[in-house]
Amino acid sequence: MTHNLIRKLLIIGLCSLFSAAVTAQTFIFTAIPDEDETKLVERFRGIADYLSEELDADVKYIPVKSYAAAVSAFRNNQVQLAWFGGLSGVQARSLVPGSQAIAQGTEDQAFYVYFIAHESTGLDRQDSLPEDVRGKTFTFGSKGSTSGRLIPEYLIRETFGEAPEDVFSRVGYSGNHTRTLRLVESGTYEVGAMNFAVWEKELENGNIDTDAVKVIWKTPGFPNYQWSIRGDVDENYGEGFTDRVREALLSLDDPELLESFPRSDFIPASNDDYEPIRKVAKEIGIID
Amino acid sequence: MLSYPTVRTSLIFLAIALVGLLFADIAITANNPWRDLGNFFLGVLTPNFFSSEGLLTALLRTVAFAFVGVTVGGVCGFFLALVYRFLPVRVFCAFIRAIHELFWALIFLQFFGFHPLTGVLAIAIPYSGIFAKVYSEILEEADPEPGRLLPPGTGTIAAFLYTRIPDCWVQLRTYTAYRLECGLRSSAILGFVGLPTLGFYLETSFSQGMYSDAGAMLILFYVLIATIPLWVRPKLLPVYIVGAPFFLGDGLPIVWGNVERFFTEDIVPSPLRDGEGLAGLLPWLNELMIEQALPGIWNTVVLTQIALVATGILTLLAFPLISNHFGGPIRRTSGHIFLVIARSTPEYILAYILLQLWGPSMLPAVVALALHNGGIIGHLIGRQTNTIRLRSDAPKGFNRYSWELVPRIYRSFLAFLFYRWEIIMRETAILGILGIYTLGFYVDSAIQSIRFDQAMVLILITAMLNIGVDILGRYIRRKLALQTMPTC
Repeated sequence: MTHNLIRKLLIIGLCSLFSAAVTAQTFIFTAIPDEDETKLVERFRGIADYLSEELDADVKYIPVKSYAAAVSAFRNNQVQLAWFGGLSGVQARSLVPGSQAIAQGTEDQAFYVYFIAHESTGLDRQDSLPEDVRGKTFTFGSKGSTSGRLIPEYLIRETFGEAPEDVFSRVGYSGNHTRTLRLVESGTYEVGAMNFAVWEKELENGNIDTDAVKVIWKTPGFPNYQWSIRGDVDENYGEGFTDRVREALLSLDDPELLESFPRSDFIPASNDDYEPIRKVAKEIGIID
Repeated sequence: MLSYPTVRTSLIFLAIALVGLLFADIAITANNPWRDLGNFFLGVLTPNFFSSEGLLTALLRTVAFAFVGVTVGGVCGFFLALVYRFLPVRVFCAFIRAIHELFWALIFLQFFGFHPLTGVLAIAIPYSGIFAKVYSEILEEADPEPGRLLPPGTGTIAAFLYTRIPDCWVQLRTYTAYRLECGLRSSAILGFVGLPTLGFYLETSFSQGMYSDAGAMLILFYVLIATIPLWVRPKLLPVYIVGAPFFLGDGLPIVWGNVERFFTEDIVPSPLRDGEGLAGLLPWLNELMIEQALPGIWNTVVLTQIALVATGILTLLAFPLISNHFGGPIRRTSGHIFLVIARSTPEYILAYILLQLWGPSMLPAVVALALHNGGIIGHLIGRQTNTIRLRSDAPKGFNRYSWELVPRIYRSFLAFLFYRWEIIMRETAILGILGIYTLGFYVDSAIQSIRFDQAMVLILITAMLNIGVDILGRYIRRKLALQTMPTC
C-alpha cells in the first residue's frame, strides 16, 4: 500500500512537470468516432479553426477511440463541447448537470437508419424490415451508436419480438458506419444497419460498389446528432460563452465544412428534443 | 507411452481442446479472406513511411511509456519482492498482475482521462506484480553461502546488497531486459484505447484498409524491438529513464474530483447507489452473472484451452526451424526471422489484423495466440535443443525429431506451456474487446454503456479466473515435477 502511494506521488510529481502545456483556458471539444478517423480529423480541425476565429479563443479538437471515451471526456471536463449522437448525448448530459444540447443539423431532426444487405442474400428494398433477414449474419456499428445500434436494435426487437442474437445467426459490432458499409460490401456480414447520411455521402463520392451492397429498408425518422456543451462553461470561460458558441455554430455557413458532416446547416436544439431517444434506450435496457 | 504422466496430461489437454472445438465458434466469415490477406502482405511489402505526421511521435511515445512504466513497475516490484514471503503481499501481487494492462488503462481512462498517468499506471501496476513474483523467485534461488561467511554484526541491507544481489545480478538484468521488450508491446497496444502510442495509428490505418501505412508501422515496430540490444545500453539507461517522462506528451489535465467520483459513485453497484440496499443487490448480481459473466467465462475458458493446445502444437512444429540439428544456415536464419516476428507482434495486434481479414469468430484469436506464444516457446525450445549433443550415428530427419529431440525437450516444453497458460488466458479475456465473446467483450460493453459498476465486477471475475488458472498451472507443474524458469 505504501509503495503504491509512493509510486503515485512519484509519478504525479513527474507528470506535473510537463502537463502544463494545455492551459486551463484552451477550449477543447471532441466527437464520437462514428466514421473513418482521417475524415473526422480533417472535418473537426476545420471546425476548431472556425471556432478559434469566431470565439477569439484557443480551440482544440481531440480524437477519441470510442463513443464511451467521448462521453467520459465530456463528463470529466476534459472536453467542454462535443458532437454527440442521440444516445451518447443523452448519456453524457445525464451525467453532467446543467449541460445542454445547443445545436443540431437540420437533417438531425428526422434522421434515418439504412438496413443494408450484400447481394448474395438476394434481398430487395421493402417498406418494412424484411422477414427474410432472419438467420443471416448481422452487424451493428458501435455499441454506443444511435443509428448503428440503438434504433436498429429497437426496430429489430419490435419487428421480431426477439433479441437480435436470436434473430440473426451472428451479431457483430463493426465499430463505425464506414466499417459497417465495408463489411457488408465485402460479404463478411450479410446484413448491417448504418447511418443514412454516411451512406449517401459515400455513394455521392463513388465509394460504394452498388452491385455488391444495397439498401433494403429505410427506417422511420428519429432525432440524432447534436452539439452538447457543459453547464459550467460560462463559469470557466466567461459569462455568455455558451451563447457565443451556440451563435458560432448556428452561423456556420462554410459549404465545405457543412458538406463534410454532411449537414445543410445547423439549427437550435434543446435537451427535450432527445426525449424519444432516452425512452427507447431505457426500453431496451441500454440506459438505466 | 500412456504410463508417462506427462503424456497422459498432454492427452487430457488435447481431448479438452477437441471437445472445446465442438462448442467453439470457428469460422472464416469474410467473403474473400485471401484477397484481403494478399492486400495486407502487399501493404507490408510496400510500406509507406511518410503517411502519418504522427508516426515518429507515436514511436517516441511508445518507447517513453514503456520506459516509464517498466521502470516504475520494476522499482515497485523489487521492493514488493523483498516482502513477498508475506501472504497478503503475494495475494496483492497476484491480483494486480491478473488484470491486463488494457483493462487497467480502461479503468484509469474513466477518471484520469487522456493524461500520461493513465498509460504509465496501466503498465506499471501489472508489471509491479509480475516483477515482484519473478524477482522474489530469482532472489530465493541465490546461493545462501556468501551470506553465512559475513562477519557478525553486518547490517541486513549491506548483507543483501553484497551477497544476494551480486549472485543474481545477471538473472535480474536478463529478466528486466525481457520485460522492457514486453513493455514496448504493452505500450504499443495501449494506443488501441486512445493513448498516443503506435496502436492508435495502427488501428486508424487498419480499420480504413490502408495497409501500406499499417505495414510501415509494423516494420518500424519490429526494427525497434529487434535492435533493442543496440540502443538499450547499460550506460544509456539512466539517460532513457530520466528522459522518458518528458516524452509522454501532454494529454489533458487531470480533474481530481473525477477520481473521487469514480470510487465513491461510479463503481458502487447501481442498486446500492439508488438506495435499494442489499435486497436489490442480489438480483442485480444474479442478472449480471447469468447474462454476461457466465457466457463470458465459458467462452474465455473454451478459447484459452484451444489456444493453449494450438500453441503447443505450433511450438513442436516451429522449434526445428532454429534448431542446429536440422537444415542449413539459410533455413535457420529464415526460421529465426519468422519466430522473432511471431513473438514480437503483440497477440492483440495479430488478432486484430486477422479479425479484419477473416471476419469475426474465435479462429483469428486462436491463430494469433498460437503464433505469438508458439513463437516465444518455440524460440526457447529451439535454443535448448542446440545444447543437446547427439551421438554421431544418431538418426536423421523425422526420426531424429521424434525419437531423439522431442523426448529430451518435452518436459521443459510442458513447463513453458503451463507457465504461459495464465498469460494466454489473460490475453484471451482481453481479445473480447475486439468483438469475440470472451469476458473482455462484456467488460467493453459495460464500459460503452457507462456502467462501470458492472465493468468492475466483470474485471474482478476475470482476475479471479486468471488467479485460478495460475494456481492450477502451478499445481500441475509441481505434480509433474516440471522445472520452471522465470524468463519465459
